[in-house]
Amino acid sequence: METTKTTYILKKNLTDYYYSVVAPHLKKENHKVAELRKTAMEYFVEVGFPHTTMEHWRGTNLQEVYNQNLKIKTEAEVYNKTLSDIFLCEVHGFDTRVISVLNGFFYAPENKQLVTFENGVVAGSLARAQNVFPQLFEKYFGLLTRNYRHAFTALGDALFTDGVFVYVPDNVRVENTFQLIKILNLPQLATNTRNLIILGKNSKLTFLHCDDSINHQSGLSNTVSEFFIGENAELKLYKLQNLNDESALINNTFIKQERNSLLNMNVLSFNGGLIRNEITVNLDGEGASANILGLYLLDKCQHIDNQAYIYHNVPQCQSNELFKGILDDEATGVFNGSIYVARNAQQTKAFQRNNNILMKPTAHIDTMPFLEIYADDVKCSHGATVGQLNTEALFYMRQRGISFDDARLLLLYAFVAEVADKIDIVALRISIEDMIKRRLRGELSICDRCVLHCSQPAKPMEIEIDLSKI
Amino acid sequence: MLLNINNLHVSINEKEIIKGLNFSVNKGEVHAIMGPNGTGKSTLAAAVTGREGYEVTKGEIIYKGQIINDWQPDKRANEGIFLSFQYPIEIPGVNMINFMRTAVNAQREYKGLPAMSASEFLKKTEKEKKLVEINSKLTNRSVNEGFSGGEKKKNEIFQMAMLEPQLAILDETDSGLDIDALKVVAKGVNKLRSKNNAFIIITHYQRLLDYIEPDFVHVMYNGRIVKSGGKGLAHELEEHGYDWIKKQFDD
Repeated sequence: METTKTTYILKKNLTDYYYSVVAPHLKKENHKVAELRKTAMEYFVEVGFPHTTMEHWRGTNLQEVYNQNLKIKTEAEVYNKTLSDIFLCEVHGFDTRVISVLNGFFYAPENKQLVTFENGVVAGSLARAQNVFPQLFEKYFGLLTRNYRHAFTALGDALFTDGVFVYVPDNVRVENTFQLIKILNLPQLATNTRNLIILGKNSKLTFLHCDDSINHQSGLSNTVSEFFIGENAELKLYKLQNLNDESALINNTFIKQERNSLLNMNVLSFNGGLIRNEITVNLDGEGASANILGLYLLDKCQHIDNQAYIYHNVPQCQSNELFKGILDDEATGVFNGSIYVARNAQQTKAFQRNNNILMKPTAHIDTMPFLEIYADDVKCSHGATVGQLNTEALFYMRQRGISFDDARLLLLYAFVAEVADKIDIVALRISIEDMIKRRLRGELSICDRCVLHCSQPAKPMEIEIDLSKI
Repeated sequence: MLLNINNLHVSINEKEIIKGLNFSVNKGEVHAIMGPNGTGKSTLAAAVTGREGYEVTKGEIIYKGQIINDWQPDKRANEGIFLSFQYPIEIPGVNMINFMRTAVNAQREYKGLPAMSASEFLKKTEKEKKLVEINSKLTNRSVNEGFSGGEKKKNEIFQMAMLEPQLAILDETDSGLDIDALKVVAKGVNKLRSKNNAFIIITHYQRLLDYIEPDFVHVMYNGRIVKSGGKGLAHELEEHGYDWIKKQFDD
């Protein structure tokens, strides 16, 4: 909690923004949205920013960000050039529909702000969608976020400038991938965006959420996302984070799963000054299953904080969490995995693992499980390791003639492959594998183009022989 | 002379293990090094292959006419020194075939040769697998992971066959092997013997030497080679144990 004496510049800026820009226009918004903005703002004013004295914020200090004179952009970005002029992103052989959010605003020509496709799928600006699909907002918006654990979720609800809305009707299986690219290209910017993604019964969606910087200016990017996965529906959710060392990225992701639904999630953090990923999964229908994987490769003074909250609210659900990370130099990390199993959630299976390699003694990770289990017929496990590169294995490889650098790379790659191998979009996996290799060699940086584009998978490491014969 | 070791002293954590060892190997020879536990046999293998933590405090290791004391382990390997590990390391996540191909091509690159083509590599893999009777697929397996004791040792000989070293050191390759696996390993070694390469076989027992006939047998004790002879020495040791050696050299 803040003392009354300190008022951070950022708090003042955000509060001013609310009263001067958001509040006067509340009447024009969907009443559900407006209500949520009000209560969220009240929460923020009262509670303030999270501090390191709070249990789940002990390892992540944002003080420096609170003291920066960051501002929210007040007007939408004018669409005057295609996104590819600003930022080029192509994954070869990978069919995506690109949705972009630039400096907090949906970035598309006027006639493409909110599109309904032939199959009934809707995608576009959340700010627009709230008045076009009031029933959906009535039913879903804010359902998962409103019991705030801390201010950042509240700030997303209170101050969002825009964000992405996707609706997949019942029985529609979307074949191509929706790719959200969130970019900041202005200095001293604080952005709050809000996403709402709804998957109807028996539907399917692949959603790739990329957070990128295209320059080295400092800024805060706060995103609050709600995903609703209907009965028998399947969501593949990839998050790709490659930001500059001055940036602070906070992602608050809330997911609700109905009966027999499936979530496959993969959070890949390649670079970023400070990254906090908070993932909350509510398993609310029997037979629902969630696989949550994470990979982080950080160095210098970067910081990563992954927080997963899995709520087994009903019987016969399954969750698997696997987070792996390599920290070099003075990089620091936090992993908190909370699993809650309700009293009636019998036959729950919940597994959690966090493995880390520290390349230098100066790197640091705090890893902690929080398990709250009230049912008695439960299979639950958790494990964490923090280690160094296996020197025995290094010697074994070098004894066969493999150079130190290559042996090190092979071992590091083997360590992370357990996560990377599970990316089941081949073109995306190849791009990501290539990014990982370049990151491990120290060759990957945030560049003025999309990292996915830079990574021409021209030098495949695969063997092109028929391995089944060996 | 392929290998010539002069007055070698090796310490681990400042404790001297090898205390003035002299030893030389010519091309075409097979040397057996025997001796009781803790006399420095494996330390010798580690020193010759350049393992970290094994400090050469005195003396020289001369290989193909060059002092290699300061060479990195991969350079020694690329120059043709191979170690069959007493305890082969499991490397989860590193595919056995990719590993071998990386190693083969690293050595070829070192020698200025082009990378081995996929089909050539496949053919050689098939051939050498047969040599050591590895029947399982290696494709989907990580290096040594989940291999039985016998499979691990066969896999070492398979790698030796793939890399065609000039000097191969077999560190207790016979330990933990049943008689059938032992025969397979010995058969592999015998097939690879030629007048251009040499083997150093480190073992406790004479058993392996029934199948791989050495030209010379050396007894190591307390960090030195204290006795050398022909293959008859191995039988003598088998019969009388090491006590008479110990008695002779303990002051």
